Amino acid sequence: MADITPKERMAIKRHHMIEQDADVRNKNFSEVNLGYSVELAQEEALRCIQCKKPLCIDGCPVMINIPAFIKKIEEGDFKAAAAILKKDNALPAVCGRVCPQEEQCEKVCTVGKKNAPVAIGYLERFAADWERNNLGIQLAEKKPPSGKKIAIVGGGPAGLSCAGDLNQMGHDVTVFEALHDIGGVLIYGIPEFRLPKAIVKAEVEGLKKMGVEFKTNSVIGLTDTIDELLQEYDAIFIGVGAGLPYFLNIPGEQLNGVYSSNEYLTRVNLMKAYDFPRSDTPMFNIEGKQVAVFGGGNTAMDAVRTSLRLGASRAMIIYRRTEAEMPARIEEVKHAKEEGVEFMLLAGPLEFKGTDDGWLKSVTIQKMELGEPDASGRRRPVPIEGAIEEIPIEVAVIAIGNGSNPIISKTTPDLNVNKWGNILVDDNSMKSSKKGVFAGGDIVTGGATVILAMGAGRKAAKAIDEYVRNKESW
Amino acid sequence: MNRIVEARFLAPDIKLFRIEAPKIAEKRKAGQFIILRVHPDGERIPLTIADSNKKDGTITIIVQGVGKTTRQLNNLETGEYIQDLVGPLGKASDIENYGTAVSIGGGVGTAIAFPTAKALKEAGNHVISIIGGRTKELVLLEDEMRAVCDEVYPTTDDGSYGFHGFVTQKLQELINAGIKIDFVLAIGPIPMMAAVAEVTKPYGIKTVVSLNPIMVDGTGMCGGCRAIVDDKTVFVCVDGPEFDAHKVNFNILTKRNRMYLLQEKISNEHYCKLDKKIKEEEVAVL
Ligand SMILES: Cc1cc2nc3c(=O)[nH]c(=O)nc-3n(C[C@H](O)[C@H](O)[C@H](O)COP(=O)(O)OP(=O)(O)OC[C@H]3O[C@@H](n4cnc5c(N)ncnc54)[C@H](O)[C@@H]3O)c2cc1C
Ligand SMILES: Cc1cc2nc3c(=O)[nH]c(=O)nc-3n(C[C@H](O)[C@H](O)[C@H](O)COP(=O)(O)OP(=O)(O)OC[C@H]3O[C@@H](n4cnc5c(N)ncnc54)[C@H](O)[C@@H]3O)c2cc1C
Ligand code: SF4
Ligand code: SF4
Ligand code: FES
Repeated sequence: MADITPKERMAIKRHHMIEQDADVRNKNFSEVNLGYSVELAQEEALRCIQCKKPLCIDGCPVMINIPAFIKKIEEGDFKAAAAILKKDNALPAVCGRVCPQEEQCEKVCTVGKKNAPVAIGYLERFAADWERNNLGIQLAEKKPPSGKKIAIVGGGPAGLSCAGDLNQMGHDVTVFEALHDIGGVLIYGIPEFRLPKAIVKAEVEGLKKMGVEFKTNSVIGLTDTIDELLQEYDAIFIGVGAGLPYFLNIPGEQLNGVYSSNEYLTRVNLMKAYDFPRSDTPMFNIEGKQVAVFGGGNTAMDAVRTSLRLGASRAMIIYRRTEAEMPARIEEVKHAKEEGVEFMLLAGPLEFKGTDDGWLKSVTIQKMELGEPDASGRRRPVPIEGAIEEIPIEVAVIAIGNGSNPIISKTTPDLNVNKWGNILVDDNSMKSSKKGVFAGGDIVTGGATVILAMGAGRKAAKAIDEYVRNKESW
Repeated sequence: MNRIVEARFLAPDIKLFRIEAPKIAEKRKAGQFIILRVHPDGERIPLTIADSNKKDGTITIIVQGVGKTTRQLNNLETGEYIQDLVGPLGKASDIENYGTAVSIGGGVGTAIAFPTAKALKEAGNHVISIIGGRTKELVLLEDEMRAVCDEVYPTTDDGSYGFHGFVTQKLQELINAGIKIDFVLAIGPIPMMAAVAEVTKPYGIKTVVSLNPIMVDGTGMCGGCRAIVDDKTVFVCVDGPEFDAHKVNFNILTKRNRMYLLQEKISNEHYCKLDKKIKEEEVAVL
């Protein structure tokens, strides 16, 4: 294969991922994307022209050596490919699935200038899955014990990547998690059909084998405070995510049938309500119901596609702007459409109406049109006078983002936060205003992405390592 | 996993558990609660910490079997384990020396009121406790209340014990007798709490109730526990569970708690069938 010319490489068409048929998958919770076969992966790897200046690397927030791992796939050395990924990304099987590649690595891929970009995400997923399925999770090498103890608060991607790195650096690491299971949004938010729980579980098992300790059911701020942890630990990393749901603040939001996306997805994913009554947590009976999801991000897509799988007769996305502004991954929007989701764009909710005994029965929608561009250059939606419509629905899911949870900041007065409650840190060292306390992920940036949260965790791990080894600096 | 060191029925369907949870026992304050799961596929349900013992590291909860999870829980015995338990959650009660405080508990609400009544007494209040039950055997914790309160009045709807009538009638009687009441804590079924709020409002007596919406995480993450207080949305698990009774919208709380009525029935029937099947299998083995 070595004699293939760049031109020939560029002529190969991007390989689609095999997926479940839309009409089948919209009735089950199994993964939609089925992955590349070995042959497909190697053929897709051929498409990478091994750029001298690989722009893709700059497009990746954790700067994975993309051409190198793709080369290994081309050569059939999948183990080596996985090892390259693991150097910069603790959770490649996760990121290969959920990264917004079209905004990051694949956006700037040279092949993408003329053709479809190399499917970097699919290849990343392939290598990571191959390793997990054939070799099991590979344990990294560990430096000799440092004798330092570090507490990680929050078991999401930020906390897990920080824990993994610090563990390898020889420190004694304990992760404190409020819920009864580890993974953060990866297990309570992102549904099984997009990210199987078993993948997250395998990664967490790997960390356990490496010696990371997990304390679930520990709400830091209540079960222990940050100050109490500081008495026992040399440093703390806070990665508690953005877990405070925003509501629309319109009339009728207290009606039965109106959910936050966090509640809706947590009931179904973490609490397995799709398996009710075998599992105890109930879910409003969605079967045959009309569901409207408000928002245009990944969360909204996850909620609306979940509704279809729970048997909704009509599942709608209602979004204020147009499709171009939707923050969701392109693939999620495409999958949602294929599965039968309706998109109602340029529409904003005004009011929920209910029956006398408190059940949601409709939403009133204000139709919009695009007005003049605003300061950011985007054309703002403005209401069309009189264009108001009432749509019958029994279930509404609000997926318009999350703020930061105040439990830690309220109980740690000397931890500086901004007016939205995000913890203020130094961009390079991830140090907070409080000595010994670092933070990263959604609690610092507001709701962002898995890879950014992981990148922040790694950056903090480096800074924590330096700090605990020569404590004077702050 | 948390071990049950003591489990005993206080009344039909109402069971007291002392459970090992040293950290929570150390930390918890009156008014706070825990969330537990009975088994790995179990629901997360909130229960008030009725008492704790720092020495042996246990907390006490008192549970009324009303649906699947609470009935599963009430089937557990001393020496068995609870899948997991998190806390202490929620804000602690605002304890002050108000002067004369009346603690009103209806049914299992008495268990929820107990720790706060105790704390009110410790803060120097003259504490009067009204313990309501439909009938004599549902009057809970009378001895425990007597040990920490100055006056205790059991009431029963059917007159089988104590004052014949509702807790609100007893409260009105105390007010009519000219007792100057400075603070009322009312915990029980929603209609009872709403009725107490009606009684105290004209007199301007500061009244606090503990709300019991349906919860999931208990940390402010899901918003499922939201209630309307003072015309604003609150998350009961982190902003409460105790609120000014005169500002709570009880109507909406009542409706929201009916959200899963149908599913609760299915769950219960599913459980009964399972329970019956297991018992039949046990018999078959014998
Ligand atoms: C439904 C949904 C879909 C998404 N889809 C994508 C996607 O496709 N691609 C993508 O890149 N990003 C996606 N995101 C965003 C991404 O999941 C987050 O940016 C990322 O998970 C943030 O990681 P984190 O570690 O900062 O926080 P989280 O994942 O939120 O984890 C924080 C953890 O801390 C715990 N915690 C909170 N408070 C405490 C406390 N006081 N004590 C102890 N523990 C605490 C929480 O229970 C949680 O487990 C999605 C988000 C959602 C909600
Ligand atoms: C802060 C707080 C403290 C509580 N303390 C106690 C206590 O000390 N002792 C006690 O016996 N009960 C207490 N409860 C109520 C207890 O949580 C519910 O009885 C229990 O969750 C019912 O679950 P189930 O599966 O057995 O019943 P279900 O079949 O689910 O429901 C039966 C009834 O309980 C209500 N309910 C259902 N789920 C919940 C839930 N998650 N939270 C609240 N109510 C629910 C339903 O509206 C219904 O009326 C408390 C509730 C809250 C919010
Ligand atoms: S981690 Fe994300 S951005 Fe980086 S290479 Fe993988 S898919 Fe692309
Ligand atoms: S930019 Fe595209 S073609 Fe170039 S190295 Fe990266 S993945 Fe390969
Ligand atoms: S129980 Fe989820 S926010 Fe209160």
